Amino acid sequence: MSVDRRRKERIDRGIKACTDDIYCVSSLREISYLLLPRALPVIGALLLVLVLPFYWKKVMVITFIMAIMAVSWDFMASCGLISLGQAFFFAMGAYAAGGLNNHLGLPIYVTLPLGTVLGGIISTILIFPALRLRGMYFSMVTLIVPLMLMRIIEATKILGGTAGMSALNPFPGLVWSAALSMILMWVSLFGLRRLVVGDYGMIFIALKDNDRAVEASGLNTLWFKVQAIFIGSSLCAFCGAFMTHYHMSVGMSAFALDLSIFPIAASVVGGVGTLAGPVLGALVLGPLSEALRSLGTFRIVIYSAVLVFFIAAIPEGIFPYLKRKYEQTERWV
Amino acid sequence: MSLLQVNGVTKNFGGITAVNNVSFSLDQGSLLGVIGPNGCGKTTLANLITGFIKPSSGKVHFSGKDITGWRPSRIANLGIGRTFQIVKPFYRLPAFKNLVIPLSSPKVKKMGGHYGDKDSSALDILEEIGFERDSSVPFQPASVLPHGYLKRLEIGRIIALESDLIIFDELYSGLSLAEVASITPLIKKFSAAGKTIIMIEHRLKELFRIADRVLVMDQGAVIAEGSGKAIMKDEQVQKAYLGIELKK
Amino acid sequence: MLIYGFINSLTLALIALGFSITFGISGIPNFAHGAFYVLGGLTTWMLLTKVGLPYVLSAVLAVLFVGAIGAVMYRLLLVRLRGLELSEVISTFAIGLVILELMRSMGVMGFQYRLPSFIRGSVEVFGTFVGYQRLIIIGAGVVLMALLHFFVHHTKLGLAFRGVAQDDHTAYMVGINRDKISMLSLSVGSMVCSFAAILILPLGTISVDSGYDILLKALAVCIIGGLESTTGVFAAAFILGYAEVLTAMYISSSLTMVVPLLCMLLILLIKPSGLFGKHKELEERI
Repeated sequence: MSVDRRRKERIDRGIKACTDDIYCVSSLREISYLLLPRALPVIGALLLVLVLPFYWKKVMVITFIMAIMAVSWDFMASCGLISLGQAFFFAMGAYAAGGLNNHLGLPIYVTLPLGTVLGGIISTILIFPALRLRGMYFSMVTLIVPLMLMRIIEATKILGGTAGMSALNPFPGLVWSAALSMILMWVSLFGLRRLVVGDYGMIFIALKDNDRAVEASGLNTLWFKVQAIFIGSSLCAFCGAFMTHYHMSVGMSAFALDLSIFPIAASVVGGVGTLAGPVLGALVLGPLSEALRSLGTFRIVIYSAVLVFFIAAIPEGIFPYLKRKYEQTERWV
Repeated sequence: MSLLQVNGVTKNFGGITAVNNVSFSLDQGSLLGVIGPNGCGKTTLANLITGFIKPSSGKVHFSGKDITGWRPSRIANLGIGRTFQIVKPFYRLPAFKNLVIPLSSPKVKKMGGHYGDKDSSALDILEEIGFERDSSVPFQPASVLPHGYLKRLEIGRIIALESDLIIFDELYSGLSLAEVASITPLIKKFSAAGKTIIMIEHRLKELFRIADRVLVMDQGAVIAEGSGKAIMKDEQVQKAYLGIELKK
Repeated sequence: MLIYGFINSLTLALIALGFSITFGISGIPNFAHGAFYVLGGLTTWMLLTKVGLPYVLSAVLAVLFVGAIGAVMYRLLLVRLRGLELSEVISTFAIGLVILELMRSMGVMGFQYRLPSFIRGSVEVFGTFVGYQRLIIIGAGVVLMALLHFFVHHTKLGLAFRGVAQDDHTAYMVGINRDKISMLSLSVGSMVCSFAAILILPLGTISVDSGYDILLKALAVCIIGGLESTTGVFAAAFILGYAEVLTAMYISSSLTMVVPLLCMLLILLIKPSGLFGKHKELEERI
């Protein structure tokens, strides 16, 4: 009583089967098979920035910066540190760069790297007491800290209060900021991807899978969590420092909830834990949010609805979905 | 001088005393079995020695150093290795990369590392614990491996760390007889190499065959101590295990 | 002061109760909580002023409506995402955003959007004048609590709720439809939430922004009291309620919103599972 139904069969491509275990590159065809999905977005983004009109170029710069935030969130998440407050790290970098520029009068090519490192260090120190917490409890602390700092700044008028600091040095030109943000996005993406497959980065992955086993292996989990937070928060701090100079001002908006939510939304849409997914998600969501700007407050409605649709339609994320489609052929049997 | 000295260690969880004033010492190269009914505090004792839980009172000394309250990683680097009752592999990593983690520890680094790079020494260790080298098994992510292999990975971690004192927490639980038979030689090998071993176990038959001395725990306290045969005759032990007193 | 602290505490408890019920039973963090709160108030207002139904009827209809929205949200969306915690948080939050911002773009703002008090006037209690509305909050809060207690501990459905809360796989095995119970829990949580809104909102205006604050307050209460613990919710509500009133009186009213955040932070750092949480010491830190 067998029911003869046609069904789809999925077959892994030969090269996928070998690249899972051993990296063998033997023919031009296989090299291009591996290279294509990596080169295509890089070249595509470059062309896009060159071709687009002025306004959209500015949008792309912000999108690139948001993509860096998303990658850093995903990196921290794959170390088991799920942060609900990337805005906090962002703001640390933003205020560090703003302060250096405003009070000490340092030029932009000094404040940018210095703000990045300083922001990373300050965030790591401030978040350190929470690093002992596991899972959701850590997330909750990261959610609260930026909200609280924001309210405290509002109430006590420190760091320039609600007005913040303004009249900071701008970038020499849009070309510079676009180039810098794009290059840094690809560097952080491919750099982190490289990192987590190496012996050193492997420890971060292991941290999420089982921190007690890492501890039993003789590695101090607290120390590696500190390193992971530093890497992640430095990337965010760079974004903060960058945006500070880009907008020529820094203020309470650096703590805004949007900045915490966007990286998570981008990662969830793109695929959590893949590092490439968040970038993809950011490249979809960033311009989308901008395109809807003319709708006024209704923008957030549409935007959130699209977000929900993506999550419900492709729960695994766009990137794993595309990757699967790319690596498998399907046929009816 | 004994290698491990546990002095009056006590741990309270809220109102419950999980481990109550346990003291024992262990000589270099001996094999101690720890038995007792479920929930009697055996695993807590292991956690107290390896630093995963801090004792409420009491001291633990290892090779002359007071290790009470140290971080687990520091204790592991000093030379106490352990397996977990519930296996704790790194599910997203391939099996051989699971061993690269302990091979990256400061202890291994200080010893100058194993010969060759970490990957190849990890593969060597995998072969030693019974992974087929020429198959794809060492390259599979741990999430797809069967339970027996994961138990072996736990042992592999200890080989990688070259620990002097090894605590096996219910190593045999959940394994078939054949798997037990294939793991026992590994433990004998540790013994022959002069390692000190604590085995927390429910399979008494297998344990008594290899243990020098057995510690029986009930409700957090040590109720008997001695060789396997002597233990079985102890009335208190029979009561703890069976709830009744056996006739002679 | 004592009286106001008491009322403030009960208000907080009412706000947090819905969130706690949903999370405690099905483990869904309903980040649309604040939106449901405002939605409940607004629906009542619409039925009352635009349709012209009597107060009680419109309140009941609004509660049912929000409960239905909660159930639909589960059926259409969350059922696909069970187990993906992050997706649950993001999607419920996004739904909340949709609801709140939709209201904003429809122009819900200003003074005319307010529910009338049930009874006007006030009465003197221990030397302080207290509006009847606030007394009703106390009364209704106690009644609601009693009803919920009865429902959870003395009905068959309540038993199923508790079963799913403790172990949903085992509950599945003894023939409880986990999805149905989770859907109901979300629905009940939303209903409690909108009921609280109808009680509390006559004290102020219906504003979209309050939706975000409500969510934050509910989270604060639940974390301090320990997620999934009803006793904890009330204990935490009283701690926070008095702390807020005290700060407003003695330090500065602009710092009142910092208080719940600070309490939350302290609790998380000292005893992460909350005052009445069930997680063991071993589970939360190394």
